[in-house]
Formats: sequence, C-alpha cells, structure tokens
Amino acid sequence: MSSTVPSAVKRPRRPKGRIGGHGWVAPVLLILPTVIVIGVFVYGLIGSNINTSLQDRHTIGPSQGFAGLDNYRDLFTDDDFIYSLRNLLLYTATFLVGTLCLGFLWAWLLERKARGESLFRAIYLFPMAVSFVASGVVWRWLLNNAEGERASGLNRLFDTLHLDFLQNPWWTDERWGILAIAVPAIWQLSGYVMALFLAGFRGIPEELREAARMDGASEWQLYRHVIFPQLSPVALSAIIIIGHMSLKVFDLIMAIAGQTNYTTQVPATQMWIEFTRGDYAKSAAIGTVLLVIVAILIVPYLVSTYRQERRR
Amino acid sequence: MNATRKALAAGLAALSLLAVSACGSDSESGSTDEVEVFTWWAEGSEKAGLDALVKVFDEQNPDLKFVNGAVAGGAGSDAKNVLQSRLQNGEPPATFQAHAGAELTDYINAGQIEDLTDLYEEKGWNEQFPEGLLERLTQDGGIYSVPSNIHRANVLWANPAVLEKAGIEANKTYDSLDAWIADLKKIKAKGIIPLSIATDWTQVHLLETVLLADLGAEAYNGLWDGTTDWGGSEVEAALADYNTLLELTNTDRQGLDWPDATQLVIDGDAAFNVMGDWAEAAFQEQKKTLGTDYTAVPVPGTDGVFDFLADSFTMPVDGPNSKGTEAWLDTIASDEGQVAFNKAKGSIPASTTADTADFGEYQQTAIKSWGEDEIVSSLAHGAATSVNWLTDITAAVAKFGSNKDAAELQEGLVEAAEDNKPE
Repeated sequence: MSSTVPSAVKRPRRPKGRIGGHGWVAPVLLILPTVIVIGVFVYGLIGSNINTSLQDRHTIGPSQGFAGLDNYRDLFTDDDFIYSLRNLLLYTATFLVGTLCLGFLWAWLLERKARGESLFRAIYLFPMAVSFVASGVVWRWLLNNAEGERASGLNRLFDTLHLDFLQNPWWTDERWGILAIAVPAIWQLSGYVMALFLAGFRGIPEELREAARMDGASEWQLYRHVIFPQLSPVALSAIIIIGHMSLKVFDLIMAIAGQTNYTTQVPATQMWIEFTRGDYAKSAAIGTVLLVIVAILIVPYLVSTYRQERRR
Repeated sequence: MNATRKALAAGLAALSLLAVSACGSDSESGSTDEVEVFTWWAEGSEKAGLDALVKVFDEQNPDLKFVNGAVAGGAGSDAKNVLQSRLQNGEPPATFQAHAGAELTDYINAGQIEDLTDLYEEKGWNEQFPEGLLERLTQDGGIYSVPSNIHRANVLWANPAVLEKAGIEANKTYDSLDAWIADLKKIKAKGIIPLSIATDWTQVHLLETVLLADLGAEAYNGLWDGTTDWGGSEVEAALADYNTLLELTNTDRQGLDWPDATQLVIDGDAAFNVMGDWAEAAFQEQKKTLGTDYTAVPVPGTDGVFDFLADSFTMPVDGPNSKGTEAWLDTIASDEGQVAFNKAKGSIPASTTADTADFGEYQQTAIKSWGEDEIVSSLAHGAATSVNWLTDITAAVAKFGSNKDAAELQEGLVEAAEDNKPE
C-alpha cells in the first residue's frame, strides 16, 4: 500500500466521491446485486404475501378470485385470533419487563466491580447461545403441569421444598398460561440485555460521575440525572431487539406446548396451522398482520436513528 | 477507469451467480427407471415396514430403482408441507403416502392425484379388498389410492394387575360407556389414574370413540355425510360422556404424547388407555404378553365395529414415471407386499387374500374383526374428514381441554361441520 500513497499525492485532486466521468456507475453496480436480491426475496415476497392475503384461496387449489379485505375482517371477528393477539401482548410485555429488569440488575451489580465479574458475565450470557428449540425441549420437562404425586420438573422441586402452594399448571392455564412460556425466554435473553447495559455503563465517562459528586449529587440523584439519561439509547435498542424477537415467538412454543395447544396460541403458531391445512389466504393475512405489528415497533426507531445520523 | 471496470466485473459476476443459482433447481434427474416414493416413514417400525416393502418391490421389479423420498418430523405434517410445495410447483414424486379416505379430498379437488377406479378394475383389486373398505375409500365415485395397511382406532388397552388392585374383574366386558364410567370412578377412588390420555390429537381420538359408542355406527357415519345433526341431543349426550371421561384422566395430558399415555398403563400407573392398535408395538417392545400383562378389547359400546384408518399410496397427476408408479402400487396391493409390510409395522393387511397365519396374537384378533365387523372411518386419522375439517375439530377439542365449556365445544363442532361438510 505504501507505494500508492506518493502517487496519489502527486495527482490533481478529483471532486470527492467521483471517479472518472461516470461517478455513479461503480457504486450503482456494486449495490445492484443486493438491491435485486432484497427486492425480490424480501419486498417482492412481502408484496406476494399481501396479494395472497387478499385472495379467496382457502384450499390447496388455485385462488377462487379476489376477496378484498374479507380475510382480515374474518380474522378480527375470530375470537381465537383475538385470544392469540392477547397472548402475544401478554407475552411481549412480560418478556420485555423481565429481561430489562434482570439485565439491568445484573449489569448494575457487575458494574460495581463485583468479584469474578468475567465469570458471571459468561454465565449470564451462556443461555443465549442455546437455540430456543433445544432449550424448549428441556423447559417442556421443567414446566410439566402435573401436580402432587406425579409432579416433575419445577413442580417436583416445589414439592420437595415443601413449597406446594407454588405448584401450578404452568402453560396449560387458559388465562395466564402464556406467561409460563416467557420464563424460558427471559432466562435466555436477560444475559444479552445485561451485556448491552454493561456496555452502556462502560461508555459513561468517569468525569461525569465525578463532576456530579463534586456538585453534591446523592447516589440516587447521580443515577437519576446522569446515568439513566446516558443509558436510555441502550434501553431503547434493547426494547427494539427483545420486542421484535418476542413478536416472532414460534419455536419456543412449538417445542414446549406443540402447535395445537390452545392456551399458548399466538399469531405465528396460528399462521403455521393455517398454512399446513392449505388455507393460504388466511395464513398470509396473519403473516401480514404480524408484519404490521413488528413495523409499528421498528419503523419509528429506524426513522429516529436515521434523523440522528443526519444531524451528526 | 480501472476502478470502474473492476466494479463492473464484480457486479456482473454477482449477477451471473444469481442466474446460475436460479437455474440450479431445474436439473432434475429425468431417468425413467427411478421410482421416488414420498413418505414420512423415517424411523422405528414404520421405517422397518418401508424397508420390507422395498425388498419385495426390488424382487418384483429388478429393472426399476426405488428412491426413498422420506421426509421426517412432525408426525407427517412437515412431509405434507414439503409435498404440497412440490405438487404446486409441478414436481410430484412418483407416488406419495397419504391416509386413505377423506383426507385425500383436497388433493382430489385440486386435481393433483389420478382416479384409480380403472386400475382397480383392471388389476382385480376390487375382489381382494373388503367391500366395506372400498365403500369408505370411494370419493365422488372414484377411488384415488391403494391401501397398504389397516389400523384399528377403537381399542381399549388395560392393565389387569391394576384393575385387580382396584377390585375390578380383569377381563370384564362393558356393554356401554355408562357401565365403564362407573368402574372408572371406582378406580379413581383408589387413587389410581383410571384412563390415561395425552395431547390434543389423542383427545380427538378419544372423542371419536365416544361418539361411535354413543351414536352407533350408522349415526356416526352420518356425522360425516350430513345426515346426523352435530347440534342434536345425541351428540350433546356424547359430549357429556366425553367430558366425564376427560375428568377421569391424568391432569398432565398436554405435556404427553401417545407413547407416554400408553406407558402409564404398561407401568401400572393407569388402568386404561384408548389408543389405536399401533400401541401393540409398545407392549411388544417391552415383552408384555397379551391376556396376562395387558388386554386389548374394543372400546366399550363399540363391539362389532371396526374403526379403521389406513395408509395408502397415490398416483400424482403428471407424475415423472407412471410405469414406475404403477409398479409400486402393484407391490402395495400384492399379497407379498401386504404381508411383508404389515408384519414389520405391526398393522394388518388390507387385502383379504394375504396369508396372515404367522401374524402375532393381537393382530390375529384384529384380522378376525376386520373380516366380520362393520367398518367405519376414523376421524383423528384422516379417514372420515378432510384435513380442514379435522383441523377445526382439533382446535375445538383443544380449546375444550383448557376451558371445559361443553356448550362451546358443541358450537365449535357444529360450525366446523357447516364450514367443511361435503356438498
């Protein structure tokens, strides 16, 4: 590389970002493959999915014609779909609150220069390396809903510890069953949120804390007015990442409860059932609804990041 | 300019890569001596059965080459999704496995499989399969698949030692569900699980046998052709019985699959289990003896009725190799094929001409019933309804399992029938 430097210095400077007379050719050619691939396999297929969701296509045969928004109307008047949306909401809320609280707590503890920090960091991060399906198989056993004599898994543990009142039907409860699915999810991703917060903590210059202390801020005031505002971009990223993972939950439920189980229905499992039975229009409609929900979460985030970057 | 040219080359290379990968999928081996058989028989006794079948096929057709297209996982649902995308893309296998009966409706309506009525006539298959079965296989006046084996769904498995412990005679037979339920309650009073059950589809399986017991064979058949009213009081009474039975089962059903439920009976933790006769394999694997270690009788109230399900093979429209498909179907229907397959899989031959002298003890009783009993179609295993209908019924039953609302269950079943009843 060193030989090119002097020659570049000698040459007259070209306007920045332009090479030769056709400055746009090279960049366009370079991004063209990506544009084509994403255009076809992401946006093209989203378009095709939306198109399918507007068809009267409820069997494995070809479409019987255009159905307009009928499929969506059917979906939102279907009690089971409303129930699965409610499940998704409960699950997402629990998953978010659980991972953020635990992740923050762990990061806070480690940040205070706890002993064996790197060991704990590794231990908390480990579960993230396991796939949802693999951990689901284990949690299926841990969350076994048998109580009393036949209890196994966590219920068994409660039984031996004489904490019988804690025994519960886990994910088979009609109202709160979905929250049991959030338990393994929180277990797996709290470590990741911890890593995010830890990075956030480390990014706060020591001078800021010192300055605050010099000004007589109490420990709480220090956190309230100095640390938390610095951490809020990290928290927002964590919410976006955990939130969109949560909305796509599928593998964990399939591994723990199976696809037909009623109490753990979410849009993604319903989409799979409808697809498997050949009701392509309905499963496409569910897919579109999921896409919209995820977009509601992510698009504002992308817009604000874009604006921030332009401001810089 | 050098940089531009490099970029141009890179862009072109990327584009040509795309083009190559797009063409890649077209390179199908078009050789006509290959017969691709698509199944979900990838392990256990099912794999053993398929292997036995292939052996017979190779002997009968030395010039053809069997290609195993098995897709494992999801009790067939993964395979069905793969199959469907292949059919939609016009790349069918030479033949594929499907449950015989109404489960084929979707394939027929979509024009994806051939009517085999003429082939049945030509090969004389109408004579070797029982009339009751042919009747149940006929859809829209045609027969669309060749059955390879028969299973019985309405079998009650029991552990005599457990019954004795509960003070109930071991080989007692019950005329009706009511008499049986009375005994189940006695067993429960002793602190033993009276009836073991597992996840949603096994609950549909139990419901099907309860409907059969309470309605009788004729009205049960009427459920599928529209002559029996799903909203009527007979069905309501049957659902009440189903509810009572469900109360008498293990509470951890959602977390179990059928082998776990059967294992409860084998281990003496439960007295009874209602399951199809593939459960026989589980008893055999653990060296249990019929009559002493376990008993197998028709579900109370269904004596004299054979609630059947069958695997079968089809001929896809525009298949790659119709000669090969025909050869495979020939093997399926042949006595050698039926005997080899069913001995390995633990089911019984659909063909009445097959020599079954050296089949196991339980299978002998099933073969006898198969020849004598009235034949009805199983709901939970695709013989009675289309996939759509069964999916709706399963959803209603699964919901009932968690909220125990019998009125809502019946409503769900009525709705499912209205949405899916054949015209």
